[in-house]
Amino acid sequence: MAHHEFNMPITEAQARAVRVNDTVTLNGTLYGIRDATQIHMFDHGRKTRFDLKGHAVVHTAPNVRWVGETQAAPSGYEPICIGTTTSARMERFTRPLMEQYGVRIIIGKGGLFAASQKAFSDIGGIYLAVIGGAAALETTWIEQIEEVDLDDLNPESLWKFRVKGFGPLLVSMDAHGGNLYTEVNKSAKDNRAEVLAALGVKSS
Amino acid sequence: MQIDLQQVEEASKEIYIRALKLLPPDIKEGFKRLDATETHPTGKAILGTMIRNIKVAEDNTNLLCQDTGIPIYNVEIGTGVAVDGYALKQAIIKGCTRATQEHPLRSSVVHPTTRKNDHTSCGRHVPVINIDFSNKNNELSIEMIPKGSGSEYNSWLKMALPADGVDVIKTFVIDCVLEAGGKTCPPTIVGVGVGGTADLCVHLSKVAATRALGSQCADPEGAQLEKALSAVVNKLGVGPQGLGGDSTAFAVHVETAATHITLNPVAVNMQCHSARRARATFTPAGLSYGF
Repeated sequence: MAHHEFNMPITEAQARAVRVNDTVTLNGTLYGIRDATQIHMFDHGRKTRFDLKGHAVVHTAPNVRWVGETQAAPSGYEPICIGTTTSARMERFTRPLMEQYGVRIIIGKGGLFAASQKAFSDIGGIYLAVIGGAAALETTWIEQIEEVDLDDLNPESLWKFRVKGFGPLLVSMDAHGGNLYTEVNKSAKDNRAEVLAALGVKSS
Repeated sequence: MQIDLQQVEEASKEIYIRALKLLPPDIKEGFKRLDATETHPTGKAILGTMIRNIKVAEDNTNLLCQDTGIPIYNVEIGTGVAVDGYALKQAIIKGCTRATQEHPLRSSVVHPTTRKNDHTSCGRHVPVINIDFSNKNNELSIEMIPKGSGSEYNSWLKMALPADGVDVIKTFVIDCVLEAGGKTCPPTIVGVGVGGTADLCVHLSKVAATRALGSQCADPEGAQLEKALSAVVNKLGVGPQGLGGDSTAFAVHVETAATHITLNPVAVNMQCHSARRARATFTPAGLSYGF
């Protein structure tokens, strides 16, 4: 259970060196992405000007305040509250994000599924779990919103954050088939019969 | 008692923001209870982070969670209260819009097909405004619930058969908790609606999911069912964020309604650990805020 400090971006070798139950803290650039962002990028053929190669994306749509472009807020936006949404809805975008844009790390909550797991193994990537709902804390790890793209989709724009000490985050899916969610789901399903018996349910 | 609609507008704005920033005391107590009994190291660490987040939100007067939710306003009008119902709804919508624009808050509300966001947290039939009546003399209360999407995604209705009895209800609830896994942001409040029509059953599941911890179903049969389900749900081992542990749910809450002789409906709706709510109460003594 090692801890990794990553100054973004990272290489394939760095992604493959990480295992489930390790922890990771990110520094530097982090991109924010969400349902509509990816629907427009992969279904509507829109492109981003950002270079996501080797980078991490976090499943988010932040609360921001428009303050106009200044040195302290180069994007024109000031962060108010930035947290993480459920990843499950965005399962089908993991592979294209990795294949077409070179993304190495997906950060979200609740985990992803088999297709993402295979993409992590095939291409070299990991999934990091943020504690969902702990957004007030997560916001303190974000220094600035540096740039924004596809902003007509606001709040589901493509956000470029500058982060410092973003973590520690738990590695819950790795490039070697490790997946904490499937382990927990399996043991929870194994407990089902016992729980139903305790409720006096006759047969199911 | 005459209700001042300008005050309703201000209060509707205020309770949206308050709900997003201050977790009710019963939920904080719920965290303490789960933290004291959690045995799984990952689960324990995650609960610790969640508890720390409550403090950070209070210290920085920031939102607990970025999800501003679908705004729900539950209005309860007591006896002796004089208010123009249509104007009351308009005042609530205006307060909700002002909270979004003046704080500002992320508007999480879009048209269902065009996906257009008006950046007001409002749209067709949103905010959801539920109006009910009580026997409390000279009192009008408005409860605000920002319902997050992670937990709302995990909503189910089963129109089961009378021959399936109560067993199908219990089994359905447990299977919903398993299917939700970490997607609902556990520990959750599992809300269960039993009986009624399809729409009433789903509505009751939301009422159950958003009820204060420690409260009981007014129907003794429902109270017994929620007690039985609460006693075993944490044996599943889903744990905080679905990463394993004892703290899958704060509680299971049940609400019941009479149903048709041919029906046996059961619905499940969940509330995430950021189980936010706020309340404004209007009495002759004035306007007060609470949970």
